[in-house]
Amino acid sequence: MMARVQLAIVGAGPAGMAAALEAKRLGLACALIDEQPRPGGQIYRRGSARDPSLEAALGPEYAHGMALIERFLAAGIDYRPGTTLWDLSSTRRLSLVTASGAEELDADQVILATGAMERPVPIPGWTLPGVMGAGAAQIMLKTAGAVPRKPAVLAGSGPLLYLLAAQWLEAGAEIRALVETTPAANRFAAAPYLPAALWQRKLLSKGLDLLARLKRAKVKRFTGAADLAIEGARACEAIRFRAGGAAQRIEAELVLLHEGVIPHVHASLAIGCAHDWDPVQLCWRPRLGAWGETSVEGVAIAGDGGGINGAEAAEHLGHLAALGAAHRLGAIDAAARDGAARESRAMLRRLAGARRFVDALYRPARGQRVPKDDATLVCRCEEVPAGEIRRAARLGAIGLTQAKAYTRCGMGPCQGRLCAPTVQALVAETRGMEAAAVPPYRPRPPYKPVTLGMIAAFRDPAFRVESAAEHLYRQDVKDEV
Amino acid sequence: MFRRRPSDAAATVTLTVDGETLSVRPGESVAAALLLSGRAEARATAVSGAPRGPYCMMGVCFECLVSIDGVGNRQACMVEATDGMRVERQMGVRRIGAA
Repeated sequence: MMARVQLAIVGAGPAGMAAALEAKRLGLACALIDEQPRPGGQIYRRGSARDPSLEAALGPEYAHGMALIERFLAAGIDYRPGTTLWDLSSTRRLSLVTASGAEELDADQVILATGAMERPVPIPGWTLPGVMGAGAAQIMLKTAGAVPRKPAVLAGSGPLLYLLAAQWLEAGAEIRALVETTPAANRFAAAPYLPAALWQRKLLSKGLDLLARLKRAKVKRFTGAADLAIEGARACEAIRFRAGGAAQRIEAELVLLHEGVIPHVHASLAIGCAHDWDPVQLCWRPRLGAWGETSVEGVAIAGDGGGINGAEAAEHLGHLAALGAAHRLGAIDAAARDGAARESRAMLRRLAGARRFVDALYRPARGQRVPKDDATLVCRCEEVPAGEIRRAARLGAIGLTQAKAYTRCGMGPCQGRLCAPTVQALVAETRGMEAAAVPPYRPRPPYKPVTLGMIAAFRDPAFRVESAAEHLYRQDVKDEV
Repeated sequence: MFRRRPSDAAATVTLTVDGETLSVRPGESVAAALLLSGRAEARATAVSGAPRGPYCMMGVCFECLVSIDGVGNRQACMVEATDGMRVERQMGVRRIGAA
């Protein structure tokens, strides 16, 4: 099926939904595709049926997201859930797969609103079942109303850790311990940004309120924790760490790790957008103009995929990206664009002050990003340990592409999403380079594994896959070799 | 691993995991169904046979790959459980054409 739209938006989180609502208001022929079965992105994920008591436990920001979803669904937008983008060409042809087959969509303008992912936390034992991201546990809560069946351990740093803890308490779950890895020195680094953050009293008081709730619930907290490791034979049994000068060990079948979120730059790297290294957030972020424009013509990025700013900012950035696209399409003049952008720009300026404070305060500890030992797995898919990456770097791997060629890191089904930050840091440290000087992976299509049957169906819609044998993923082929 | 909070929604969707019948609520992903049934391990790796379970729950990590209705390497966190679905955990190296 071939189709053409003026604007294609990828991702139905706050940025994508806000962009689509603005595009609809401006009368653009717009389609929004999203991989998930329901809108909201990760931040506003929900199950198939509304659950008022769960929504109450998730708090007022989540309620705001639910209202945004309702407005989005009621606006008559061409919304295509369950649709995965696996290629975006230089002529802005989107190759898509859906549950029923393959589609292509041509767009004059594209807004990528593909959001964020949790930063990997490569500590010993992090691949054991029962070790998950805190965001993953939050998705269990939002989509299935699920909480840990036995008291779990939350370990790491960042606002999400406290938020999840509070949401769990509200939802009736017990917490065995909160193991905080935030380096004490971060407080000094963050202090200069406090005055600007004070303008965002709502955010600061929210943070203090979360901490007060943990205190009231008498959740056991360890601060300044380091040398985290997970123990277990075939699944997580305990977490070990050092805190307060003593070795600690806490038994738990479920440990949730978190060290903040990073932009999900898989597609923006694949299409060749210029990226810059963010030395505070410790991640690559696409270089964006005032309307979210990338260095690739006709492609803009909105929301956390362009740098972590949070859900509230994402809505404003989506709004701006839609205005920018509408102007490039000739639908509105510059004066109309700038006028409609004024409120969002003012809000973004205020949010930025608080962001700098949060970024500095929760900048992840080196030990949580870079394995000290050589045995800890860095690439989970191909099971490449830190020592092999270090060896490749010493042998001459000057970037992630070379490390991949030497070790197979990033060559599994996740295509480097989960190992890239760690390989980046290991290559930089081993070679004594700045992280910014180590080129990232260059992902190639398909951005997600696609069956040969799906690709065949592009050119011949009558093509049908008759047997599972034809569903050959790259992983299968490798398995047989 | 996880339990459901009490709610009005009934577990009306029935699927099988390695031949065992599970009942889940509509809208729950296959990965959620595994975790709610106490199965931390979704697969064993092709490289070393090491156990793995869902890690990100949002389609990024590919640790929850399972066979669904005979099609291998499906992301369990990205597929909602449906009535009559047949899920098999992938233990070790997969074979081409194996249902």
